Amino acid sequence: MDFKLSDEQRMLEETVGRLVRDGYPFDVREKARTSELGFSKEMWQQFAELGLLGVPFSEDFGGFNGGGPELMVVAEGFGRGLVLEPYLATVVLSGTLINALGSDSQKEALISAIVGGELRLALAAYEPEGRYDHTHVATTAEKSGDGYVISGSKAVVLHGDSADKLVVIARTAGNANDRNGLSAFVVDAAAEGVSRRGYETIDGLHAAEISLNKAPAELLGEEGNAIDALEKSLALGIVALCAEATGAMEVACDHTLNYIKERQQFGVPIGKFQALQHRMVEMRMELEKARSMTILAACSLELSAPVCAKRLAAAKAIIGKSGRKVAEEAIQLHGGMGMMEETAVSHYAKRIVMIDHQLGDLGYHMQQLENLLDVDEDAA
Amino acid sequence: MDINYTPEELAFRDEVRAFLDEKLPKDIASKVKNSQHLGKEDTIRWQKILNEKGWMAMHWPTEHGGTGWSPIQKHIFEEECAEYGAPTVLPFGVNMVAPVLIKFGTDEQKQKYLPPILNSDVWWCQGYSEPGAGSDLAGLKTKAVREGDHYVVNGQKTWTTLGQHADWIFCLVRTDPNAKKQEGISFLLIDMETPGITVRPLITLDGEHEVNEVFFDDVKVPVENLVGEENKGWTCAKYLLTFERTGIAGVGQSKAALKHLKEVARKVQQNGKPLIEDPLFRNRLADVEMELMALEMTNLRTVAAAQAGGVPGAESSFLKIMGTELRQEITDLFRRAAGPYAQPFLPETFDADYDGEMVGPDFANSVSTKYFNMRKLSIFGGSNEIQKNIIAKMILGL
Repeated sequence: MDFKLSDEQRMLEETVGRLVRDGYPFDVREKARTSELGFSKEMWQQFAELGLLGVPFSEDFGGFNGGGPELMVVAEGFGRGLVLEPYLATVVLSGTLINALGSDSQKEALISAIVGGELRLALAAYEPEGRYDHTHVATTAEKSGDGYVISGSKAVVLHGDSADKLVVIARTAGNANDRNGLSAFVVDAAAEGVSRRGYETIDGLHAAEISLNKAPAELLGEEGNAIDALEKSLALGIVALCAEATGAMEVACDHTLNYIKERQQFGVPIGKFQALQHRMVEMRMELEKARSMTILAACSLELSAPVCAKRLAAAKAIIGKSGRKVAEEAIQLHGGMGMMEETAVSHYAKRIVMIDHQLGDLGYHMQQLENLLDVDEDAA
Repeated sequence: MDINYTPEELAFRDEVRAFLDEKLPKDIASKVKNSQHLGKEDTIRWQKILNEKGWMAMHWPTEHGGTGWSPIQKHIFEEECAEYGAPTVLPFGVNMVAPVLIKFGTDEQKQKYLPPILNSDVWWCQGYSEPGAGSDLAGLKTKAVREGDHYVVNGQKTWTTLGQHADWIFCLVRTDPNAKKQEGISFLLIDMETPGITVRPLITLDGEHEVNEVFFDDVKVPVENLVGEENKGWTCAKYLLTFERTGIAGVGQSKAALKHLKEVARKVQQNGKPLIEDPLFRNRLADVEMELMALEMTNLRTVAAAQAGGVPGAESSFLKIMGTELRQEITDLFRRAAGPYAQPFLPETFDADYDGEMVGPDFANSVSTKYFNMRKLSIFGGSNEIQKNIIAKMILGL
């Protein structure tokens, strides 16, 4: 048993750490956040130059061949800086799905472009009526000439407003909620039949409602057989979100601790009051739990499917539960300052809470865990 | 990064399992698993078996007969013991007074006291708390006055766990009433047979006799029973409190208890269905399950850090809070699983010899006594509020 990072992982951590420290101060982030795009293309190019866009891909495409722990290291660093760029959408969710399903020529074209920073993607999987259920797919695809056309609606597609291409999950067989019959497609975002309503999310990111009306699409992999690959990509996404939350929770705790050491009331720093000390301790305890579960999730992706699923559900559920406590307490201990847009901690709180609304919230994952209660952990 | 056990660690786990399969007496394990009373004899029998194997003293250096185990080995051992229903090794001798003796004692003291601790020939108890000194331990008043080659001890200790069986007690006593609180305290070893000592039982809310009051009335204690320097006893006390405690999180106990709870919830019927299918109960089970996973990983991170040379200091306070809250939560779920049968109080059924009829399901007889007994977890060993104070001061710098 060894919790230390390997030399390569530590280098990755340092790279991301330096980038966030030097390139991502709060005012710079604010400028990017309030721009029309909602993030910085220059920063995206820096990601490419540093090799970050290739972390989960093979060396053939200029990648790093990383797994759960590598993505964890990157995402935790991004969480510390509240990074706005579409890394989760492009690399973790869409990129790994293309990598798993695509033909050699599709990968050659698309993965290379992702790694080089020339292509940004969004995963259009969830639907307006489906909440967090990725098998709830009413969007359909049918053959048309050499390719397919897709019709349907996709909900809160992260970075769907600015993506060059969309990876769309559509049904080629079966009924909504069937696991079989799901296929993955690449759709050009500018194609006819694609309409997007983009918007900002409360935590400063961007997303879109997407309507597809006979939009031309290119199939990835085998028809009707995307579910396993999709779930693997979503699992990686969960690891990345857990890690991002952990990074953000760490900073929220640090800012709060600094604040209660400085803020004076009744002639003393408010951190002298035991009521606040204990709340601060509880925040740190939640952070430790979140970190533990992120490590557990990141290191469990290769295990048997039920054990992996159980651990990921538990991890994301803890992130939802602990994240809420940390976010709320960070605001509370900052008092009125915690309510202000100009205070960084409010932005951390918003991102931490919104992470619970991505790829399944506390209730959803507890339900998953309840279904897996009989899975024996020691079988791992 | 690899959260799995190494082949060597797995081999060690197999060795522990083989030992427990072969040597743990079935009657003792059955008492532990069925929450029946463990007698003094049971505890001593098991500890002597451990000592024969050389596994009694996990935390001692090897030159004194310790195992020399790594923190991860200790963790594995504790988890397997809990899973098999081995009695918890009583900490007062082997894990409390002995490390203090090894660190601060004279050669004579080590030779005299350590071997009987290792072989469980002498039963120790702890004389720290007093009626007026709980969380504020340094406020203790029991005084020891030097008279020639003796100290004369007067005062009262309380919450003395299993003191009714004890041969010896290690005490914090005040030797300088004029010094600042922490500076006038000494660490003294006292033979319980000494004239002037009275032990009075305290019956706790679950009807058990686990703790006692110990009164000292002109008790003469030879000066060679002083450990370390006079008036430096607080150093010993602090050393003991920060002494490595891999088991403080109680992960093994919680895992075994949760496993048992699930078995019970599969059997108990509610509205014609197993209780485990009740949405509310299942939700709480899931909550305990995920919190236990988080606790186990946090414990392992701390253990691994200790292995790598970091000393677990105030971090163990996190583990104490998280671990005790979780164990208490599990006892609450057991109580709920029993339903109305949580109410009958039949202490005679805790006796392994009881062969009369039970009332309600077998597991239900102990759920409420255990629930109330386990309230102690967040109070003793430094209450959870004191643990938060420690973290606030030592880790957060508040």
